[in-house]
Amino acid sequence: MEIFDIFLLEAILNGILLGGVLALLALGLNLVFGVIDVVWICYAELVMLGMYTVYWLFAQYGVPLIPAFLLGILAVAALGALLHYLVIQPVLSSAPINQLLVTGGVLFFLQALATLVFGVEFRNIGLRLPVLEFNEMYFSFARVLAFVAALAGMVALYLFLTRTYLGTAIRAISQDRAIMPLMGVNPKKIYLITSAIGGGLAGLAACLLVLQYDVHPAIGLSFGPITFMICVMGGLGNMVGGFVAAFIFSQFISVGGFFFAIEWGYVVAFAFFILMMFVKPQGILSRRR
Amino acid sequence: MLSVTNLTKRFGGFTAVDRISFALEQGEILGLIGPNGSGKSTTFNLIAGTLAPSEGSISFLGQDIGGRPPMAACHLGIGRTFQIPRPFKRLSILENIAVAAYYGQNGQISRTRAWEQAEEALNLVNLPSDPKSPVDGLGAAGLKKLELARALATQPKLLLADESLGGLDEHEMEQAADMLSLIRREKNITIIWVEHIMGVLMRVVDRVMVLDHGEKIAEGLPREVARDPRVIEVYLGSEEIKIADAQGDAGGDAGGDARA
Repeated sequence: MEIFDIFLLEAILNGILLGGVLALLALGLNLVFGVIDVVWICYAELVMLGMYTVYWLFAQYGVPLIPAFLLGILAVAALGALLHYLVIQPVLSSAPINQLLVTGGVLFFLQALATLVFGVEFRNIGLRLPVLEFNEMYFSFARVLAFVAALAGMVALYLFLTRTYLGTAIRAISQDRAIMPLMGVNPKKIYLITSAIGGGLAGLAACLLVLQYDVHPAIGLSFGPITFMICVMGGLGNMVGGFVAAFIFSQFISVGGFFFAIEWGYVVAFAFFILMMFVKPQGILSRRR
Repeated sequence: MLSVTNLTKRFGGFTAVDRISFALEQGEILGLIGPNGSGKSTTFNLIAGTLAPSEGSISFLGQDIGGRPPMAACHLGIGRTFQIPRPFKRLSILENIAVAAYYGQNGQISRTRAWEQAEEALNLVNLPSDPKSPVDGLGAAGLKKLELARALATQPKLLLADESLGGLDEHEMEQAADMLSLIRREKNITIIWVEHIMGVLMRVVDRVMVLDHGEKIAEGLPREVARDPRVIEVYLGSEEIKIADAQGDAGGDAGGDARA
């Protein structure tokens, strides 16, 4: 293969690996929106807190990596449930704009709180994972791990939603909230569980991201917007659409970054997003109602 | 098993249900009829817990259930169907029913048992479609059957069946009537059947209660009620006759005034 082709292939494969994590990020947000009909604007800030949790446990308190990951996931799951209980539940029947504003408020609250508590320094868990070589192409082990874990998380969620009564009730409540109590289902409980799962997915994403990036209070801003664009492009609440959109976006970033500079990858990706909003505003796979 | 005393529901100045009292015996089928807006659905919503009564009490199996949330009513054994079926459209037929079976009994039964009960309920209503297929493919009659199966899957002791949809033809009405009497016979479930018109209902029910403007205007055996002059008036009389009558009848006044 010519050197140019190899680099291009490497960029495409790296794009796919990146897509896994982006798809995972989009999944939690889509689950919460699809079921509760509320957009967590502060979603990426939950991820940020998850990253801090893992950093703290692992780098400061010497907790082994796997238990630190599990605790991180649990912590963000609890945070998701808390967010629902304290912030979302009171505004559940308010206008959507109020719901957006209140979770937007939580975004800045969490950012400010993290700055106060953790400081503005960039922190790294100090774990150097190897770089894998395959056919003269280089991949970060952290990315491969993130891709595999993201896919596993998505499969687990799919099985949970389709094979269990709780999962079926979660799908049911997304279709008709009012009728559920007449079948003995407590909607508040289902919402709380859904929020915990959404938080847990953010926690899993945090574990995977903390292996690749330094954590700082504003890190949510570097992948929050792209997560929203993926969700919107896939059709908000449409998990399959979000999955597909994540891989389209990651190719724009990765291959776009290969042809131009890495920053250009994002410019191209966002330009594509704006274009798609004109062409298919309902999402690439329009959600069936 | 069910005893309703002076049940009243007001929405602002409008009295939708006005001091209704009635009782039900185990295994009975009560027909609840009345024109549009006569308070039938509100009565259902009060018993099922979707609405809280303004006044009066509802006692079910010795417990006062008025104002309790619908989950509690469901767990105690009150199932209901809706006039317009409300299935979960993106769930399969059997999933729709299984959720009701599992949560309707507050998750107190095993997962397999809930699944079996869902299949049982589906067999009882005799829905010919593939249980694994999506709900999308069902027609109006199929959706009504699914609605019924979902209510039955919660293992109710009392079934509130809202059949008051005008859309069914004579043959479908007959089928619906046979279905409810089969459910009573096979499962010994007590039933309140809501309907606009008298028709086939009269053949199946043990007793009939007639509502008009939120008030009970008649109760008794189907053939007695069918001869009751006030009932005939409600169903045959023109608007003028009703108003004239209400003015001459002190009892009928309260509902009329409250609406004004």
